[in-house]
Amino acid sequence: MESTTTSSGTMINRSLEWFGDLGSFSWKVICAAITRPFELREILRQIDEIGSKSLPLVALAGAAIGTVFALESRSSLVHFGAKAMLPAAVVYSIIHEMGPIITGLVVSGRVGAGIGAELGSMKVTEQIDAIEASAVNPYKLLAFTRILACIVVLPLLTLVTDFCGVCAGWITETLADPISIHRFLDKGFSGVNFSDFLAPTFRTSAFGLIIGLVACFQGMRTRGGTEGVGRSATSSVVLSSLFVILADVILVKVILIFFP
Amino acid sequence: MKHSIAEDNLDNSHTADIPSEPVLVLRGVHKSFGTQHVLDGINLTVVRGETLTVLGRSGTGKSVLLKLIIALENMDAGSICIQGQEIAGLGLNEMNRLRIKMGFLFQCAALYDSLTVEQNVAFPLERHTKMSKSERSDRVKELLSSVGMEHDLNKMPSDISGGMQKRVGLARALALQPEILLLDEPTAGLDPITSGEIDDLVLKLQKEHALTSIVVTHDLHSARTIANRLALLEKGKVVMEGSFEELAESNDDFVREFFKRDS
Repeated sequence: MESTTTSSGTMINRSLEWFGDLGSFSWKVICAAITRPFELREILRQIDEIGSKSLPLVALAGAAIGTVFALESRSSLVHFGAKAMLPAAVVYSIIHEMGPIITGLVVSGRVGAGIGAELGSMKVTEQIDAIEASAVNPYKLLAFTRILACIVVLPLLTLVTDFCGVCAGWITETLADPISIHRFLDKGFSGVNFSDFLAPTFRTSAFGLIIGLVACFQGMRTRGGTEGVGRSATSSVVLSSLFVILADVILVKVILIFFP
Repeated sequence: MKHSIAEDNLDNSHTADIPSEPVLVLRGVHKSFGTQHVLDGINLTVVRGETLTVLGRSGTGKSVLLKLIIALENMDAGSICIQGQEIAGLGLNEMNRLRIKMGFLFQCAALYDSLTVEQNVAFPLERHTKMSKSERSDRVKELLSSVGMEHDLNKMPSDISGGMQKRVGLARALALQPEILLLDEPTAGLDPITSGEIDDLVLKLQKEHALTSIVVTHDLHSARTIANRLALLEKGKVVMEGSFEELAESNDDFVREFFKRDS
Protein backbone atom coordinates (compact mmCIF):
# COMPACT_ATOMS: atom_id res chain seq x y z
CA MET A 1 0.00 0.00 0.00
CA GLU A 2 2.77 2.37 1.05
CA SER A 3 4.86 1.53 -2.02
CA THR A 4 1.84 2.19 -4.28
CA THR A 5 1.36 5.61 -2.67
CA THR A 6 5.08 6.37 -3.03
CA SER A 7 5.10 5.32 -6.67
CA SER A 8 1.99 7.45 -7.39
CA GLY A 9 3.68 10.38 -5.66
CA THR A 10 6.81 9.90 -7.76
CA MET A 11 4.73 9.76 -10.93
CA ILE A 12 2.86 12.95 -10.03
CA ASN A 13 6.16 14.67 -9.19
CA ARG A 14 7.65 13.56 -12.50
CA SER A 15 4.60 14.75 -14.42
CA LEU A 16 4.68 18.14 -12.70
CA GLU A 17 8.40 18.39 -13.36
CA TRP A 18 7.81 17.51 -17.03
CA PHE A 19 5.13 20.19 -17.41
CA GLY A 20 7.38 22.70 -15.62
CA ASP A 21 10.26 21.92 -17.97
CA LEU A 22 7.91 22.12 -20.95
CA GLY A 23 6.75 25.56 -19.75
CA SER A 24 10.33 26.75 -19.39
CA PHE A 25 11.19 25.35 -22.84
CA SER A 26 8.15 27.07 -24.37
CA TRP A 27 9.17 30.39 -22.80
CA LYS A 28 12.68 30.08 -24.28
CA VAL A 29 11.18 29.35 -27.71
CA ILE A 30 8.82 32.34 -27.45
CA CYS A 31 11.70 34.64 -26.42
CA ALA A 32 13.79 33.30 -29.30
CA ALA A 33 10.92 33.70 -31.77
CA ILE A 34 10.47 37.43 -31.23
CA THR A 35 14.08 38.42 -31.81
CA ARG A 36 16.02 38.78 -35.05
CA PRO A 37 17.05 36.98 -37.23
CA PHE A 38 13.74 35.28 -38.03
CA GLU A 39 15.31 32.28 -39.81
CA LEU A 40 12.99 32.52 -42.83
CA ARG A 41 15.15 30.23 -44.95
CA GLU A 42 15.18 27.52 -42.28
CA ILE A 43 11.41 27.93 -41.72
CA LEU A 44 10.78 27.40 -45.46
CA ARG A 45 13.11 24.40 -45.45
CA GLN A 46 11.23 22.88 -42.53
CA ILE A 47 7.85 23.55 -44.15
CA ASP A 48 9.09 21.72 -47.22
CA GLU A 49 10.66 18.94 -45.15
CA ILE A 50 7.62 18.37 -42.94
CA GLY A 51 4.95 19.13 -45.54
CA SER A 52 6.14 17.48 -48.71
CA LYS A 53 7.33 14.31 -47.00
CA SER A 54 4.08 13.89 -45.08
CA LEU A 55 1.96 14.51 -48.17
CA PRO A 56 1.80 10.92 -49.56
CA LEU A 57 1.01 9.49 -46.13
CA VAL A 58 -1.84 11.90 -45.31
CA ALA A 59 -3.22 11.52 -48.87
CA LEU A 60 -3.28 7.76 -48.43
CA ALA A 61 -4.80 8.03 -44.95
CA GLY A 62 -7.45 10.42 -46.27
CA ALA A 63 -8.31 8.10 -49.15
CA ALA A 64 -8.51 5.15 -46.77
CA ILE A 65 -10.91 6.86 -44.33
CA GLY A 66 -13.03 8.13 -47.23
CA THR A 67 -13.33 4.63 -48.66
CA VAL A 68 -13.98 2.91 -45.34
CA PHE A 69 -16.48 5.53 -44.24
CA ALA A 70 -18.41 5.32 -47.53
CA LEU A 71 -18.47 1.50 -47.35
CA GLU A 72 -19.51 1.38 -43.69
CA SER A 73 -22.10 4.16 -43.92
CA ARG A 74 -23.70 2.92 -47.09
CA SER A 75 -25.17 -0.26 -45.61
CA SER A 76 -26.52 1.59 -42.55
CA LEU A 77 -28.02 4.42 -44.59
CA VAL A 78 -29.58 1.97 -47.08
CA HIS A 79 -31.05 0.07 -44.13
CA PHE A 80 -32.78 3.23 -42.88
CA GLY A 81 -33.74 4.36 -46.38
CA ALA A 82 -31.45 7.36 -46.22
CA LYS A 83 -29.07 6.46 -49.04
CA ALA A 84 -29.36 9.95 -50.49
CA MET A 85 -27.69 11.28 -47.34
CA LEU A 86 -24.44 9.42 -48.07
CA PRO A 87 -22.56 12.26 -49.84
CA ALA A 88 -23.45 14.69 -47.03
CA ALA A 89 -22.46 12.14 -44.38
CA VAL A 90 -19.10 11.49 -46.05
CA VAL A 91 -18.25 15.15 -46.65
CA TYR A 92 -19.45 16.38 -43.26
CA SER A 93 -17.68 13.65 -41.29
CA ILE A 94 -14.42 14.03 -43.15
CA ILE A 95 -14.07 17.79 -43.05
CA HIS A 96 -15.54 18.14 -39.58
CA GLU A 97 -13.71 15.50 -37.62
CA MET A 98 -12.04 12.64 -39.41
CA GLY A 99 -9.78 14.66 -41.71
CA PRO A 100 -8.32 16.88 -38.96
CA ILE A 101 -7.82 14.13 -36.35
CA ILE A 102 -6.41 11.60 -38.83
CA THR A 103 -4.00 14.24 -40.18
CA GLY A 104 -2.99 15.15 -36.64
CA LEU A 105 -2.30 11.56 -35.68
CA VAL A 106 -0.51 10.62 -38.90
CA VAL A 107 1.73 13.71 -38.71
CA SER A 108 2.40 13.18 -35.01
CA GLY A 109 3.63 9.68 -35.91
CA ARG A 110 5.81 10.65 -38.85
CA VAL A 111 6.98 14.13 -37.91
CA GLY A 112 6.99 13.65 -34.14
CA ALA A 113 9.30 10.65 -34.41
CA GLY A 114 11.45 12.39 -37.01
CA ILE A 115 11.95 15.57 -34.98
CA GLY A 116 12.42 13.67 -31.71
CA ALA A 117 15.07 11.40 -33.22
CA GLU A 118 16.85 14.16 -35.18
CA LEU A 119 17.12 16.60 -32.29
CA GLY A 120 17.85 13.76 -29.87
CA SER A 121 20.72 12.62 -32.02
CA MET A 122 22.00 16.21 -32.29
CA LYS A 123 21.80 16.53 -28.52
CA VAL A 124 23.77 13.39 -27.67
CA THR A 125 26.46 14.18 -30.25
CA GLU A 126 26.83 17.72 -28.82
CA GLN A 127 25.70 19.35 -32.09
CA ILE A 128 23.16 21.46 -30.19
CA ASP A 129 25.93 22.57 -27.82
CA ALA A 130 28.06 23.39 -30.87
CA ILE A 131 25.28 25.61 -32.25
CA GLU A 132 25.04 27.38 -28.90
CA ALA A 133 28.83 27.72 -28.69
CA SER A 134 28.70 29.37 -32.13
CA ALA A 135 26.54 32.10 -30.56
CA VAL A 136 23.42 30.88 -32.37
CA ASN A 137 20.25 30.28 -30.38
CA PRO A 138 19.24 26.61 -30.84
CA TYR A 139 15.75 27.32 -29.49
CA LYS A 140 15.24 29.51 -32.53
CA LEU A 141 17.19 27.66 -35.20
CA LEU A 142 16.01 24.18 -34.26
CA ALA A 143 12.83 24.47 -32.19
CA PHE A 144 10.98 27.61 -33.32
CA THR A 145 11.46 26.85 -37.02
CA ARG A 146 10.10 23.31 -36.66
CA ILE A 147 7.19 24.33 -34.43
CA LEU A 148 6.14 27.12 -36.81
CA ALA A 149 6.48 24.79 -39.79
CA CYS A 150 4.17 22.27 -38.06
CA ILE A 151 1.63 25.01 -37.27
CA VAL A 152 1.60 26.16 -40.92
CA VAL A 153 1.72 22.75 -42.54
CA LEU A 154 -1.00 20.91 -40.57
CA PRO A 155 -4.01 22.86 -42.00
CA LEU A 156 -2.58 22.45 -45.52
CA LEU A 157 -2.15 18.72 -45.02
CA THR A 158 -5.67 18.56 -43.60
CA LEU A 159 -6.96 20.01 -46.87
CA VAL A 160 -5.16 17.21 -48.70
CA THR A 161 -6.65 14.59 -46.35
CA ASP A 162 -10.14 16.10 -46.80
CA PHE A 163 -9.76 16.23 -50.59
CA CYS A 164 -8.52 12.64 -50.85
CA GLY A 165 -11.16 11.43 -48.39
CA VAL A 166 -14.02 13.05 -50.31
CA CYS A 167 -12.67 11.83 -53.66
CA ALA A 168 -12.24 8.28 -52.33
CA GLY A 169 -15.75 8.45 -50.84
CA TRP A 170 -17.15 9.44 -54.24
CA ILE A 171 -15.20 6.67 -56.05
CA THR A 172 -16.42 4.07 -53.52
CA GLU A 173 -20.01 5.30 -53.84
CA THR A 174 -19.94 5.53 -57.62
CA LEU A 175 -18.59 1.98 -57.93
CA ALA A 176 -21.63 0.72 -56.00
CA ASP A 177 -24.20 3.14 -57.39
CA PRO A 178 -22.93 5.47 -60.15
CA ILE A 179 -23.20 9.18 -59.32
CA SER A 180 -21.44 12.10 -61.03
CA ILE A 181 -18.75 13.93 -59.04
CA HIS A 182 -20.64 17.18 -59.56
CA ARG A 183 -23.83 15.74 -58.05
CA PHE A 184 -21.91 14.03 -55.24
CA LEU A 185 -20.20 17.29 -54.26
CA ASP A 186 -23.37 19.29 -54.67
CA LYS A 187 -25.27 16.98 -52.31
CA GLY A 188 -22.24 16.59 -50.02
CA PHE A 189 -21.63 20.31 -49.50
CA SER A 190 -25.30 21.36 -49.47
CA GLY A 191 -25.50 21.24 -45.67
CA VAL A 192 -21.98 22.49 -45.02
CA ASN A 193 -21.25 26.16 -44.43
CA PHE A 194 -17.92 27.98 -44.29
CA SER A 195 -17.54 27.75 -40.52
CA ASP A 196 -18.02 23.97 -40.71
CA PHE A 197 -14.96 23.90 -42.88
CA LEU A 198 -12.79 26.68 -41.46
CA ALA A 199 -12.82 25.98 -37.74
CA PRO A 200 -11.99 22.24 -37.92
CA THR A 201 -9.26 22.84 -40.51
CA PHE A 202 -7.55 25.56 -38.49
CA ARG A 203 -7.99 23.46 -35.36
CA THR A 204 -5.12 21.42 -36.77
CA SER A 205 -2.78 24.41 -36.28
CA ALA A 206 -3.17 23.67 -32.58
CA PHE A 207 -2.26 20.04 -33.34
CA GLY A 208 0.80 21.33 -35.21
CA LEU A 209 1.80 23.42 -32.21
CA ILE A 210 1.45 20.40 -29.93
CA ILE A 211 3.37 18.05 -32.24
CA GLY A 212 6.20 20.51 -32.89
CA LEU A 213 6.51 21.63 -29.28
CA VAL A 214 6.42 18.16 -27.72
CA ALA A 215 8.76 16.62 -30.31
CA CYS A 216 11.32 19.46 -30.07
CA PHE A 217 11.12 19.41 -26.28
CA GLN A 218 11.59 15.65 -26.04
CA GLY A 219 14.41 15.75 -28.62
CA MET A 220 16.32 18.60 -27.01
CA ARG A 221 16.23 17.04 -23.52
CA THR A 222 17.56 13.66 -24.71
CA ARG A 223 19.99 11.94 -22.37
CA GLY A 224 21.91 8.70 -22.65
CA GLY A 225 23.26 7.99 -26.14
CA THR A 226 21.47 6.05 -28.85
CA GLU A 227 19.10 4.44 -26.36
CA GLY A 228 18.06 7.91 -25.28
CA VAL A 229 17.49 8.91 -28.91
CA GLY A 230 15.14 5.94 -29.32
CA ARG A 231 13.32 6.89 -26.13
CA SER A 232 12.92 10.48 -27.32
CA ALA A 233 11.53 9.41 -30.69
CA THR A 234 9.04 7.05 -29.05
CA SER A 235 7.97 9.48 -26.33
CA SER A 236 7.57 12.26 -28.91
CA VAL A 237 5.07 10.16 -30.83
CA VAL A 238 3.23 8.83 -27.78
CA LEU A 239 2.93 12.18 -26.01
CA SER A 240 2.13 14.26 -29.07
CA SER A 241 -0.56 11.75 -30.17
CA LEU A 242 -2.02 11.76 -26.67
CA PHE A 243 -2.12 15.56 -26.48
CA VAL A 244 -3.53 15.81 -30.02
CA ILE A 245 -6.45 13.57 -28.99
CA LEU A 246 -6.99 15.57 -25.77
CA ALA A 247 -6.77 18.86 -27.66
CA ASP A 248 -9.25 17.53 -30.21
CA VAL A 249 -11.81 16.84 -27.50
CA ILE A 250 -11.33 20.28 -25.94
CA LEU A 251 -11.27 22.15 -29.25
CA VAL A 252 -14.38 20.40 -30.56
CA LYS A 253 -16.20 21.65 -27.47
CA VAL A 254 -14.77 25.17 -27.91
CA ILE A 255 -15.67 25.24 -31.60
CA LEU A 256 -19.21 24.12 -30.79
CA ILE A 257 -19.50 27.06 -28.38
CA PHE A 258 -18.36 29.62 -30.95
CA PHE A 259 -19.88 27.98 -34.07
CA PRO A 260 -22.97 26.15 -32.76
CA MET B 1 64.20 16.94 -42.17
CA LYS B 2 61.17 19.12 -41.58
CA HIS B 3 61.76 21.44 -38.67
CA SER B 4 58.38 22.05 -37.09
CA ILE B 5 57.17 24.89 -34.93
CA ALA B 6 56.69 22.32 -32.20
CA GLU B 7 60.40 21.48 -32.27
CA ASP B 8 61.24 25.18 -32.07
CA ASN B 9 58.98 25.39 -29.11
CA LEU B 10 60.72 22.57 -27.29
CA ASP B 11 64.05 24.25 -27.88
CA ASN B 12 63.00 27.73 -26.80
CA SER B 13 60.90 28.89 -23.93
CA HIS B 14 57.91 30.83 -25.22
CA THR B 15 56.64 32.12 -21.96
CA ALA B 16 58.87 35.17 -21.63
CA ASP B 17 57.08 37.49 -24.06
CA ILE B 18 53.53 36.82 -22.86
CA PRO B 19 51.83 39.97 -21.62
CA SER B 20 50.24 39.59 -18.22
CA GLU B 21 46.78 40.96 -19.03
CA PRO B 22 44.36 38.37 -17.62
CA VAL B 23 41.81 37.20 -20.17
CA LEU B 24 40.16 34.45 -18.22
CA VAL B 25 39.81 34.43 -14.44
CA LEU B 26 38.07 31.60 -12.61
CA ARG B 27 37.48 32.01 -8.87
CA GLY B 28 36.02 29.34 -6.60
CA VAL B 29 34.10 27.62 -9.40
CA HIS B 30 31.86 24.80 -8.19
CA LYS B 31 29.78 22.45 -10.29
CA SER B 32 27.76 19.40 -9.29
CA PHE B 33 25.63 16.96 -11.22
CA GLY B 34 23.15 15.52 -8.75
CA THR B 35 25.18 14.27 -5.82
CA GLN B 36 28.42 14.19 -7.80
CA HIS B 37 30.60 17.20 -7.02
CA VAL B 38 32.61 17.57 -10.23
CA LEU B 39 34.37 20.89 -9.68
CA ASP B 40 35.16 21.93 -6.14
CA GLY B 41 36.43 25.49 -6.02
CA ILE B 42 38.54 25.88 -9.14
CA ASN B 43 40.83 28.93 -9.26
CA LEU B 44 42.64 29.62 -12.52
CA THR B 45 43.91 32.66 -14.37
CA VAL B 46 44.92 32.68 -18.02
CA VAL B 47 46.68 35.71 -19.45
CA ARG B 48 46.56 36.99 -23.02
CA GLY B 49 48.51 34.86 -25.46
CA GLU B 50 48.97 32.06 -22.96
CA THR B 51 48.20 28.40 -23.57
CA LEU B 52 47.06 26.66 -20.41
CA THR B 53 46.81 22.92 -20.60
CA VAL B 54 44.43 21.22 -18.20
CA LEU B 55 45.39 17.68 -17.31
CA GLY B 56 43.68 15.15 -15.12
CA ARG B 57 42.16 11.70 -14.99
CA SER B 58 39.00 10.93 -16.90
CA GLY B 59 35.90 12.24 -15.14
CA THR B 60 37.66 14.96 -13.16
CA GLY B 61 35.60 17.69 -14.81
CA LYS B 62 38.04 19.03 -17.41
CA SER B 63 35.46 19.15 -20.19
CA VAL B 64 32.87 20.55 -17.78
CA LEU B 65 35.33 23.34 -17.00
CA LEU B 66 35.45 24.34 -20.68
CA LYS B 67 31.65 24.17 -20.96
CA LEU B 68 31.31 26.46 -17.93
CA ILE B 69 33.62 29.00 -19.56
CA ILE B 70 31.51 29.15 -22.72
CA ALA B 71 28.31 28.95 -20.63
CA LEU B 72 27.02 25.70 -22.06
CA GLU B 73 26.66 24.68 -18.43
CA ASN B 74 25.88 26.94 -15.48
CA MET B 75 28.18 26.93 -12.47
CA ASP B 76 26.71 26.37 -9.02
CA ALA B 77 28.97 28.89 -7.31
CA GLY B 78 32.02 31.01 -8.04
CA SER B 79 32.95 33.50 -10.68
CA ILE B 80 34.19 33.34 -14.26
CA CYS B 81 35.45 36.59 -15.80
CA ILE B 82 36.19 36.71 -19.52
CA GLN B 83 38.04 39.82 -20.64
CA GLY B 84 36.95 41.48 -17.43
CA GLN B 85 33.28 40.58 -17.85
CA GLU B 86 31.60 38.32 -15.30
CA ILE B 87 29.54 35.75 -17.20
CA ALA B 88 27.18 34.81 -14.36
CA GLY B 89 23.92 36.68 -14.92
CA LEU B 90 24.77 37.77 -18.46
CA GLY B 91 21.84 37.89 -20.87
CA LEU B 92 21.85 35.69 -23.95
CA ASN B 93 22.87 38.52 -26.28
CA GLU B 94 25.76 39.62 -24.07
CA MET B 95 26.90 36.01 -23.68
CA ASN B 96 26.69 35.47 -27.43
CA ARG B 97 28.87 38.55 -27.97
CA LEU B 98 31.49 36.86 -25.77
CA ARG B 99 30.98 33.48 -27.46
CA ILE B 100 31.82 35.02 -30.84
CA LYS B 101 35.25 35.82 -29.41
CA MET B 102 35.73 32.18 -28.40
CA GLY B 103 36.38 29.13 -30.52
CA PHE B 104 35.40 25.75 -29.09
CA LEU B 105 36.59 22.39 -30.31
CA PHE B 106 34.43 19.61 -28.90
CA GLN B 107 35.85 16.28 -27.79
CA CYS B 108 34.07 14.45 -30.66
CA ALA B 109 34.18 17.48 -32.98
CA ALA B 110 30.34 17.80 -32.93
CA LEU B 111 30.10 18.54 -36.65
CA TYR B 112 26.57 19.15 -37.95
CA ASP B 113 25.84 15.84 -39.63
CA SER B 114 23.35 17.25 -42.12
CA LEU B 115 25.92 19.73 -43.49
CA THR B 116 28.99 19.12 -45.61
CA VAL B 117 32.51 19.83 -44.35
CA GLU B 118 32.43 23.18 -46.19
CA GLN B 119 29.03 24.13 -44.80
CA ASN B 120 30.13 23.20 -41.29
CA VAL B 121 33.06 25.60 -41.41
CA ALA B 122 30.96 28.25 -43.16
CA PHE B 123 28.22 28.06 -40.51
CA PRO B 124 29.67 30.64 -38.05
CA LEU B 125 30.70 32.88 -40.96
CA GLU B 126 27.17 32.86 -42.41
CA ARG B 127 25.75 33.72 -39.02
CA HIS B 128 28.10 36.40 -37.79
CA THR B 129 29.77 38.05 -40.78
CA LYS B 130 28.59 39.97 -43.80
CA MET B 131 31.01 38.18 -46.12
CA SER B 132 29.91 37.59 -49.69
CA LYS B 133 29.52 34.00 -50.83
CA SER B 134 32.88 34.04 -52.63
CA GLU B 135 34.67 35.65 -49.68
CA ARG B 136 33.16 33.05 -47.40
CA SER B 137 34.16 30.26 -49.72
CA ASP B 138 37.76 31.57 -49.85
CA ARG B 139 37.88 31.84 -46.08
CA VAL B 140 36.53 28.31 -45.64
CA LYS B 141 39.14 26.96 -48.08
CA GLU B 142 41.88 28.84 -46.26
CA LEU B 143 40.73 27.45 -42.90
CA LEU B 144 40.42 23.91 -44.19
CA SER B 145 43.78 24.19 -45.86
CA SER B 146 45.34 25.17 -42.52
CA VAL B 147 44.18 21.84 -41.07
CA GLY B 148 44.95 19.82 -44.21
CA MET B 149 41.32 19.24 -45.19
CA GLU B 150 41.08 21.40 -48.31
CA HIS B 151 40.35 18.39 -50.55
CA ASP B 152 37.29 17.22 -48.61
CA LEU B 153 35.02 20.24 -48.93
CA ASN B 154 31.97 18.38 -50.17
CA LYS B 155 32.19 15.32 -47.96
CA MET B 156 29.67 14.69 -45.22
CA PRO B 157 30.99 14.30 -41.65
CA SER B 158 29.92 10.65 -41.70
CA ASP B 159 32.23 10.04 -44.69
CA ILE B 160 35.42 11.18 -42.96
CA SER B 161 37.40 9.66 -40.09
CA GLY B 162 37.23 10.82 -36.47
CA GLY B 163 40.61 12.51 -36.79
CA MET B 164 39.52 14.36 -39.92
CA GLN B 165 36.30 15.43 -38.17
CA LYS B 166 38.40 16.87 -35.39
CA ARG B 167 40.47 18.86 -37.87
CA VAL B 168 37.29 20.22 -39.47
CA GLY B 169 36.00 21.03 -35.97
CA LEU B 170 39.18 22.98 -35.33
CA ALA B 171 38.78 24.88 -38.62
CA ARG B 172 35.21 25.74 -37.59
CA ALA B 173 36.41 26.88 -34.16
CA LEU B 174 38.88 29.23 -35.86
CA ALA B 175 36.42 30.58 -38.43
CA LEU B 176 35.60 33.82 -36.62
CA GLN B 177 39.23 34.47 -35.68
CA PRO B 178 38.57 34.00 -31.97
CA GLU B 179 40.62 35.63 -29.24
CA ILE B 180 40.19 32.66 -26.94
CA LEU B 181 40.40 29.04 -28.03
CA LEU B 182 38.97 26.21 -25.95
CA LEU B 183 40.12 22.81 -27.12
CA ASP B 184 38.72 19.62 -25.64
CA GLU B 185 41.22 16.84 -26.30
CA PRO B 186 42.30 18.12 -29.73
CA THR B 187 44.75 15.30 -30.37
CA ALA B 188 42.85 12.36 -28.87
CA GLY B 189 42.43 9.60 -31.44
CA LEU B 190 44.77 11.25 -33.95
CA ASP B 191 47.91 9.72 -35.43
CA PRO B 192 51.21 11.21 -34.19
CA ILE B 193 51.78 13.17 -37.42
CA THR B 194 48.35 14.81 -37.38
CA SER B 195 48.71 15.43 -33.63
CA GLY B 196 51.98 17.20 -34.35
CA GLU B 197 50.30 19.29 -37.06
CA ILE B 198 47.52 20.32 -34.66
CA ASP B 199 50.13 21.24 -32.04
CA ASP B 200 51.99 23.28 -34.67
CA LEU B 201 48.78 25.08 -35.60
CA VAL B 202 48.01 25.96 -31.97
CA LEU B 203 51.54 27.28 -31.52
CA LYS B 204 51.34 29.26 -34.75
CA LEU B 205 48.08 30.87 -33.64
CA GLN B 206 49.60 31.64 -30.28
CA LYS B 207 52.69 33.25 -31.79
CA GLU B 208 51.07 35.12 -34.66
CA HIS B 209 47.77 36.20 -33.12
CA ALA B 210 48.53 36.09 -29.37
CA LEU B 211 45.62 33.66 -29.09
CA THR B 212 44.71 32.64 -25.56
CA SER B 213 43.99 28.93 -25.29
CA ILE B 214 42.82 26.42 -22.75
CA VAL B 215 43.56 22.90 -23.91
CA VAL B 216 42.15 19.87 -22.14
CA THR B 217 44.24 16.85 -22.97
CA HIS B 218 45.57 13.50 -21.82
CA ASP B 219 48.40 13.74 -24.34
CA LEU B 220 51.45 14.68 -22.26
CA HIS B 221 53.65 15.06 -25.33
CA SER B 222 51.18 17.55 -26.80
CA ALA B 223 50.89 19.30 -23.42
CA ARG B 224 54.64 19.64 -23.24
CA THR B 225 54.77 21.05 -26.75
CA ILE B 226 52.02 23.64 -26.68
CA ALA B 227 51.53 24.65 -23.06
CA ASN B 228 53.04 27.67 -21.38
CA ARG B 229 51.55 26.42 -18.18
CA LEU B 230 49.77 23.28 -17.02
CA ALA B 231 47.11 22.73 -14.38
CA LEU B 232 46.51 19.27 -12.99
CA LEU B 233 42.99 18.51 -11.77
CA GLU B 234 42.08 15.83 -9.27
CA LYS B 235 38.78 15.38 -7.42
CA GLY B 236 37.51 18.70 -8.70
CA LYS B 237 40.47 20.74 -7.50
CA VAL B 238 43.63 22.07 -9.11
CA VAL B 239 46.34 20.07 -7.35
CA MET B 240 49.25 21.74 -9.08
CA GLU B 241 49.96 24.49 -11.59
CA GLY B 242 53.23 25.26 -13.32
CA SER B 243 55.45 24.51 -16.29
CA PHE B 244 55.76 20.98 -17.64
CA GLU B 245 59.15 20.62 -16.00
CA GLU B 246 57.84 21.82 -12.63
CA LEU B 247 55.05 19.28 -12.71
CA ALA B 248 57.28 16.49 -14.00
CA GLU B 249 59.75 17.09 -11.16
CA SER B 250 57.10 17.42 -8.46
CA ASN B 251 57.35 15.35 -5.29
CA ASP B 252 53.58 15.11 -4.94
CA ASP B 253 52.58 11.44 -5.18
CA PHE B 254 49.61 12.01 -7.48
CA VAL B 255 51.53 14.32 -9.84
CA ARG B 256 54.43 11.85 -9.99
CA GLU B 257 52.04 8.98 -10.66
CA PHE B 258 50.39 11.00 -13.44
CA PHE B 259 53.67 11.80 -15.15
CA LYS B 260 55.27 8.39 -14.56
CA ARG B 261 53.80 6.79 -17.67
CA ASP B 262 55.19 9.55 -19.87
CA SER B 263 58.70 9.20 -18.58
